[in-house]
Order: sequence, then structure tokens, then C-alpha cells
Amino acid sequence: MEKIILFAPLIGALLCGFGYRMFGEKAAMWITTAMVFLSMLFSWVVFMGFDGEMRQVEIFRWIDSGSFVADWAIRIDRLTAIMLIVVTTVSAFVHLYSFGYMAHDPEWREGESYKPRFFAYLSFFTFTMLALVTADNLVQLFFGWEGVGVASYLLIGFYYRKPSANAAAIKAFVVNRVGDFGFLLAMFALFFLLDSVRFDDIFDKAPELATMQLSFLNGTWSAANVVGVLLFIGAMGKSAQLFLHTWLPDAMEGPTPVSALIHAATMVTAGVFLVCRMSPVLEFAPDAKNMIVFIGAVTAFFAATVGLVQNDIKRVIAYSTCSQLGYMFVAAGVGVYSAAMFHLLTHAFFKALLFLCAGSVIHAMHHEQDMRNYGGLRKKIPFTFWTMVIGTLAITGVGIPLTHIGFAGFLSKDAIIESAWGGHAYFAFWMLVIAAAFTSFYSWRLIFMTFFGEARGDRRAHDHAHESPVTMLVPLGVLSVGAVLAGMLWYGNFFGDHDSVNRFYGVPSHEVAAVAGHGETAAEGEAAAALPGQGAIYTAPDNHAMENAHHAPQWVKASPFLAMLAGFAVAWLFYINKPELPGQTARAARPLYLFLLNKWYFDELYDAIIVQPARNIGRALWKGGDGGIIDGGINGVAMGIVPFFTRVAGRLQSGYLFHYAFAMVIGIAVLVTWMALTGGAE
Amino acid sequence: MDNLLSIITFTPLIAALILGVFLKGDSPSDQANAKWVALIATTATFLISLFVLFEFDPSDAGFQFVEDRSWLLGLRYKMGVDGISILFVMLTTFLMPITIGACWTVTHRVKEYMIAFLVLETLMLGVFCALDLVLFYLFFEGGLIPMFLIIGIWGGKDRIYATFKFFLYTFLGSVLMLVAMVAMYMDAGTTDIPTLLAHQFSAGDIVIGGKTIVGGMQTFLWFAFLASFAVKMPMWPVHTWLPDAHVQAPTAGSVVLAAIMLKMGGYGFLRFSLPMFPVASDIWAPLIFWMSAIAIVYTSLVALAQQDMKKLIAYSSVAHMGYVTMGIFAANQQGVDGAIFQMLSHGFVSGALFLCVGVIYDRMHTREIDAYGGLVNRMPAYALVFMLFTMANVGLPGTSGFIGEFLTLAGIFQVNTWVAAVAATGVILSAAYALWLYRRVVFGDLIKESLRSITDMNLRERAIFAPLVAMTLLLGVYPSLVTDIIGPSVEALLSNYQMALAETPVSTQLAGN
Repeated sequence: MEKIILFAPLIGALLCGFGYRMFGEKAAMWITTAMVFLSMLFSWVVFMGFDGEMRQVEIFRWIDSGSFVADWAIRIDRLTAIMLIVVTTVSAFVHLYSFGYMAHDPEWREGESYKPRFFAYLSFFTFTMLALVTADNLVQLFFGWEGVGVASYLLIGFYYRKPSANAAAIKAFVVNRVGDFGFLLAMFALFFLLDSVRFDDIFDKAPELATMQLSFLNGTWSAANVVGVLLFIGAMGKSAQLFLHTWLPDAMEGPTPVSALIHAATMVTAGVFLVCRMSPVLEFAPDAKNMIVFIGAVTAFFAATVGLVQNDIKRVIAYSTCSQLGYMFVAAGVGVYSAAMFHLLTHAFFKALLFLCAGSVIHAMHHEQDMRNYGGLRKKIPFTFWTMVIGTLAITGVGIPLTHIGFAGFLSKDAIIESAWGGHAYFAFWMLVIAAAFTSFYSWRLIFMTFFGEARGDRRAHDHAHESPVTMLVPLGVLSVGAVLAGMLWYGNFFGDHDSVNRFYGVPSHEVAAVAGHGETAAEGEAAAALPGQGAIYTAPDNHAMENAHHAPQWVKASPFLAMLAGFAVAWLFYINKPELPGQTARAARPLYLFLLNKWYFDELYDAIIVQPARNIGRALWKGGDGGIIDGGINGVAMGIVPFFTRVAGRLQSGYLFHYAFAMVIGIAVLVTWMALTGGAE
Repeated sequence: MDNLLSIITFTPLIAALILGVFLKGDSPSDQANAKWVALIATTATFLISLFVLFEFDPSDAGFQFVEDRSWLLGLRYKMGVDGISILFVMLTTFLMPITIGACWTVTHRVKEYMIAFLVLETLMLGVFCALDLVLFYLFFEGGLIPMFLIIGIWGGKDRIYATFKFFLYTFLGSVLMLVAMVAMYMDAGTTDIPTLLAHQFSAGDIVIGGKTIVGGMQTFLWFAFLASFAVKMPMWPVHTWLPDAHVQAPTAGSVVLAAIMLKMGGYGFLRFSLPMFPVASDIWAPLIFWMSAIAIVYTSLVALAQQDMKKLIAYSSVAHMGYVTMGIFAANQQGVDGAIFQMLSHGFVSGALFLCVGVIYDRMHTREIDAYGGLVNRMPAYALVFMLFTMANVGLPGTSGFIGEFLTLAGIFQVNTWVAAVAATGVILSAAYALWLYRRVVFGDLIKESLRSITDMNLRERAIFAPLVAMTLLLGVYPSLVTDIIGPSVEALLSNYQMALAETPVSTQLAGN
């Protein structure tokens, strides 16, 4: 069954991509969709029936070089099971949604078959993402990791006639590669230290890493910290964390279903998944964890500030994604991996929902994406409006404070903020609370600008605005249900009391561990709590962040809710009550406004300090290094020969070359003869 | 069948003789005959070589299919393959029919063209099979001549300049190698390679004019071989002949040059430098590491600035060969396995990339990147194939390109983390130049008037690419096909290497470090 989950989308992609001419576009699209739905069905069966015991399914051998062994195999544990349902569910409904969204794409000319290609890419992406989450060693995970990168590259650049789409696709791939550079080095370091890249071996030996020293570059470091930091650099690339985030907003050049699937729900969360997967290593890497918390918190804040002023509906949501990923990393960094996974799960539902709603709006408005040209769409597209409000309620975290009743984001985001407090990461705590207020502001700003007020922009587009077809509305409905219920349904499993969380992840509880330790004395039994590698995530015995979070003061627990209210109130004031205020504020604080609108000038900065210099150095090395120094030098050395050749060259037409070659043969023959005569070998 | 290797090696030569003696005239039907004879001969060679592959016993690390005869003037004709060389033989026989298929559109002196390739195949196979120093040298240097002619006669506008440069570089390197070979013969009293592999060349320090040469004679010999192999690879900074040679070479010439001839250098390091001069290899390995790391970064940056497709791919070849040299001298299982894998993979991938250039060069007669753009609109099949090989060039997991890069980097990391970190930046830069090339040629709207009527790949072109696509994916998904064969031989090579190092007096090693 696990193999079917993994390979069904691949088969669908191949059949669709190569066979659509044979059995027609429609059939090809349905084949991929059916394959992914099959995958989804089985994933839910696996998730629901999962008993916490890790299973491995061998497929076949892969890399085998000396002691380096990495095979193709499927590893099913709780983390994988969670990711399976996230990936296949969102993917299945995005496939369905694409029937409507891609039906009449204005980017394409009459008679061009772009739809099968699109579906094939989507399914290919799903396959590589599944390969990533089911990997049982780091190299296979890297296969999926790079595979999703390629799928993302192909889909961002799907409109290959648009220069901006092509540029965005390359940027996404190359920036991700910067992260992969760290990931690669982490794998080499782990192999060097532990002689294995298999998760089982790494987890078993993780405690040794804490005491090992690694000579890396110019110093000797704690091995666990080096590995942790390098892995996180990989995660930063894929999950668009600060400094490596610049590709994500540009990735919005891809069709909207792609943004929902890849750049919101699944691929970008791979970094969070990686960090949670490697929890046994990170628990011994305090410095790496601090770095994760810091980068995560700053990203959450930074992206939220930029989101405040963007006008492109998809870019607002893109920055929101970036910011929410920062939340997840904070949770993982303080050691509450479960809360990170919880937010990953709920975020997948409500963020995919928001993107698909945005797609529905864009579809209704004839591919207009600027919110300044929206307004008053509430009546025209009511279903989209209501589902988008549900998504907004979920992301801003609406619920009843101090209870466990609320929309999905209320439970998972609050869990993270409490975890930050519980992990004594007070800087991160405040960053996240402020970011929560900003989140609320930009989310409601989006709703108000799109659905309320006067119709702005092209009159005709507004007149022709219409609700989307049913294939697009069904996914909205299903994901809305997820956005409402996902939090309440699984709160106990992800962030409930210690035992139920442990049970969920298959971590043996204290008594079981003691029994497993062959009934040793009570003292030893206590120390033997749970070892790394037992269960899907590992928390060190001295990691009490989650318990502390549960016992956080009331004001801490209520703070994200208050921040949310504040954000909502300001948004309401700015965009409903006094619509002239945003313009006045922007004028009053113009430098700040431009700073935010231009995304803190990261793109300009990178262009100036990396992209342009790389090109210039390349040109200088080519002309100066190869042409000037190397060729110049060697020609200089060979000065006696070159003039001779240039003289001969004039006459050297094709026929003469034979003579020349003949001379060469003679030369070699003479040398060999001399050797033979002087020695007469044996 | 104890002379199977000779049969493989000389089948193409016999075909060349038949062409030379019996085929007269230059009418279209004669040209077609020449091509068919060449295609059949190379295909037959490939089929026979499959016997060797299936009969080969991977668990035996020694030489197999050994032939040993006396030859003229008391020289020995000795052939044989082990786990390291057999796959290069296979690579050559596999690629030659494809190469012949790629010259199908040539009309200028077709018979001679075919003869050149057939002779070249014999010489290349000889390099990988020869087990005698003199024999090796003959094949190794002889290979220059047909390639020299292929570029010089069927090449582009500036072919004479490129040919001279190519010749000068490689020939100067080989003169030094020849001197070293004479010295080896005088020291060991034999030219038999298996005997030389067991021979210990003196590694005691030599003092010349007050300067101590660490590693002594081994160092001299090692550098002499380096001169020859480094040019062939090519390694930075003696790589500049390659871009010029590639640019001027006809498509098929580029394919053979990149896919097979560059591998002779790497094979030489593995056959001679590392096992015969272990002490010198150990002492001078850091030099190789840094030359390789610089090669990767330097040529990748240069590739970013290129306007000519072939030049870009040529520079990318130099970068990829950097991983090979680095892996070989890392002298551990991952490094050497990876280096061999990288050479094989690069054979398929770079060969295919040059063929990709050839496809559009045949149509538009220009290699300028700016002359293209938007080809995907009219050439979807081409776009797909080009994308696959671009990704393989970038080292995407699932393609053969990944395995070699990954293993060599894993190997070097165990020896020197700095070099590993610098070399690993190649994964970023390669993505940048390769995707940038692809974007400018294939993506975008088709607006150039000259490209309006360009046609997608025809059946012949698809047939040429099919086996390359298959191998690139197969080796990416199931690399054990290769590592199982090379594993034991590499293991034996490395254990001998470690043993030789352990036997060397400590003082020498300290002096080196």
C-alpha cells in the first residue's frame, strides 16, 4: 500500500505527460487526478490506522560505495503519516481545482496543449514530495528535496513565454541550491562522523554527536551543532527563511494552484519537516536550536511587515506563508517539534484554502491580481467570499481565549507562541505576538480591499465577474472544513498532555521504556526515558518547553488573541471606517512605506553584492585569466614554436594536414624504436 | 575467446581498412555506404564488448581477459581489463555508434571522416586495455592524430588555431610522460604494467643544489605524468585548449572529445599516478585538491559569462572534471568510486549536451546563444531532452550526474573540509549557468524571424538520444550497476595504496606534511 501511495502519482504523471496524445487531454487529466485521489485515500488509511510503530518497506538498492549505503526504502512513522495526508489531500484537491482554473488560460494560444503538461508536473511534484517525506535515509530525502525543487522550477516557469516567470523559476532553483549546499555538507559531515546516512543509525548514535568534535573549516566545533546548523541552512532555502527567502514571492509567477500546493502547503514546509525529522540530532545541538529560533522569529516578523503594504493579492499571501513558516521554525527551535508539525498541518489547510480562494478571485476578475482594482466583490462571488473569510479566521487565530475551541490557526499558532514562552525564548515570543497582530491586519486588509467597498479598476472586469465552476468550489469547501476543524480535532494529539502526544508519535512512555530495559532498577528506568530513534520525534529529558508552555501565565496565552483583535481593529479602521487613512499614513511615513513596499531592498542588495559581481568576475576570469594570463603565458613560453606554426598555417589546408599527421606518426615511431633498441624489453 | 579484447580493439580498425581500400568514389551512395559500414562496425564492436561485460567477474580485483604476446623488436603486446578499466571500454563502445549516428548529415569527405572515427575508436580502446607501458603510450598519443584531423579538416572557421593549441598542450604534456616512462623502465627493468604496479619506486628525498625534493624519484615521475594527464583532463590552469577545441570541432568530434578522450586523463591517474607513486600522491594531493576546487569555481564562473553554447558546455566539462581529480586523490572508496562514476556519467551527459547543440547547429548554423530563444514553442521533444541533460549536468538526484558529484564530495570531505566546502559551491554555480543557458535558448517566446520554421528532432536524432537518456536515468536510479563492478578493484587499489604508504619511512611523510 505504501508503494502505491508513493508511485501512483508518478505513474499518473508519466501517463499524462507522454500519453495525452494517445488518449486525449481530458482523459489524461482525469488519470492523474484519479491517481492522486487514490494516493490520498490510502494515505488516510495509513494515518488513521497507524499504531505508532515505525515500519520500513524496502524497494531496491541505490548508492553503495564502501561503507556508504543508501537504499530506496519507505519509512512510515508518525511524521511521515502526517505529511502523507497533508501532501496527498492538498494535492488531490488542487488537481481537481485546476480543471476549472486552467480551463481557459489566456497565456496560451488556440490549440496549444498546456493542460496535460500542467497536470503531469503537478503529479510529478506530488511524487517527489512523497519521496521526500517517506525517505528512510538522508540521501533519499535529498532526492525528494531536489525533485520538488525541479517540479517547482518547472511550474513557476510554466508560462515559459513570460520573461518574468523564467527569471523567477531560475531564482527559485538557484536560491534553493544555496540551501542545498548546506544540506550536502551536513550529509557529508554525518557520514564522516557516524559512517551512515540512514536515519536509524543516525538516531541511534545521535547522543555520541553531542560529545564529538568536528574539525570543520578553520576550527573545531561540537559536531551536533555543526550538523544542526548546516541542516538548517538547507531548511532555510526550501522554507524561504530570512536571507534565502527572496525566491518565494517571485514564485507567485506560477499559476495559482501551484502557489497553493507547492508554495504554501507542501514544498515550503519541507524544511520544517526536515528539522522535526532530525530532532534526535538537534536535541543535542543547543546552538543550532538557538539559531533556528532566532531566524524563525525574525522571519515571522520581517515577512509580516512586508505583507502589510503589498498590493498583489498573491504576494500578500506569499509573505504570509513566509511568516507562518517562521512560526513553525520557532516551535521546532525551542524543542516543541510537535507544535511545529501541528501548525504545519493546519497551515496546509488554511493557506491552501486562501490561495485557492485568491485563485478564484483572480479567475473571476480575468487574471487581474492587483487588489487596488478589486473592491465590492462580496456579492458577485459569495461562495469564494465566505470560504476566504473562513481561511482568514483560521490564519488570524480566532477562537475562544483560554479554551481549546477555535479555528485551526487559533490552536496551532497559539501553541507555538506558548511554546516560545515555555522555551524561554522571550525575544521570539514578542516577535511572534507582534507578527500575529500584523498577520491579522494584512489578512483583513486583503478581505476588505477585495470584497468590501466600491468596485475599483476596470469596470468591465467587475461587470463580468462571476463565481467559479464547481470543480473549483468543491476544493474550497473541503479545505474550509479542514481550516475549521483541524485544530480542534487533533489538539490533544499534537499539543495535549505529555502522554497523549508521546502516544501519538509512538514514543515509549516511561514505564514501557523501563520494561524494555529488561526491568532494571527504578533509577535506571527513569534515566532510560526514551532514546533517540524511539518514536518519530525525540525530546531530550531536560527539554521541558512543552510542559512550561502548558503552564504559561494567562496573559501569555491570551496575548496572541489580543494581538489579533488589535490587527483586525486597525484594518477595519483603515479600510472600512476611514478609507483615506492608508494613503495619509503612507505619505506621512514615506521612507518606511517604501522600505516595506520594496521588501527591505533584499533583491536590490543581493543583485548588487552577489549577482552582478559573479557575472563580472566570470567575465574577468575568462578574458583576463584564461585569455590573458594562461594563454598569454603559455604562448609566451612557446614563442619559438608559435611563429613557425603561424607561418605553416597559411598553407595548411586540409590536404597538408595529412602530411603533418604523418610527421607526427614518424616522430612517435622514432621514439618508440629508440626505447625498444636501448632496452629490448625483457 | 582469449583474445576478445584484441577483437574489440581492432574491429573498428579493420573496418577502417576496408573502407580505405575498397570504397572508391564520393557519390551520395558511396557516402551512405561509408556511414553504414562505420555504423555496423561500431555497433558490432559494442555487441562484442557486451560479452566481455557479462563474462567479467567483478569479485576478482585483478586483470582479466589477459593477452600476452611478443611484438616487434622484443616489445610485449599485453592487454587486459580490471574493474577500473572495463567500464571505460564499455563507455567507448557504447558511445561510438551514437557518434557515427551524429555525423549522418556530414557531406564533406565522408569516407575519410568515418575512417578517422574508426581509427580513433581503436586507439581509445587500446588506451583502456593496454597493460604494457609502450603499448599504452602508443595508443595514448596515437589518439591525438585522428582527433587532430577531425578538428582540423571538418572543424569550424578557426579550426587551425584550435588544432594547434590542442596539439601543443597535449604534446608537451606527453613528452614529459615519455621521459618518465623511460625512467620507469630503467628503474624497474620492465614495461609490464602489472609488474610496475607491484614495483616500489624510490621515495627517498633527493637533494639537488641544496634543495630537498620530498618524495624523491616518485615526485619527479608523478609530476611528469601529471603534466600529461592534467592537460588531457583538463585541469585548471591548463584547460584553455578545451573550449577552443570544442568550439571548432564538429559535433561528433566534440562528443568523442568530451565523452571519452577527457577520461583518458582520469584513467591515467588511476592506473599510474595513484598506485605507482603512492608516496608522491599522498604528498602532493593537496595541490590537486586546490587545483580541482579552483577549477570548479573558476570555470563555473567563466561559464556564466559565455555567449557561445559549446564554450559554455566546455567550461562546465572542466568544472565536472574537477570533481574527478579531487575524488581520485581523496584516495578513499567514496572518492574514487565517485570519480569513476563521474567520468562515466559525464561521458553520457556531456556527450548528450554537445549533441543537443549539434541538433540546433545543424538547423541554424550558429552556436551563439543570442541567436536562439523560444525553441520550446516549435521543438517540444528537443526541449524535453535538453532539460533532462541540463538537470543531469546540474547533478540532480535521480540522474547519473548526482551520484558522481555526491560521492566525490563525500570522499573529499573526509580528507579536507575546506576543499569540500569550496567545491560544493559548484552545485550552486552549475545550476546558475546551466539553467541560464537553457532559459535563453529554449524558453521565452519565439520572436526571431529566422527560427519561425525550425523543426523538431527527427527520428534519427531521437534514436541517437534514446540510449543516452536511458543510461542517464538508469545509472541515476540504480548506480549499483557501476559500483558493483568497480568496487572490488577500487578497494584493492586503495588497500595497496594504504599499505605502500604505511611501509614508507615516517620521515618522508612528515616532510611532506
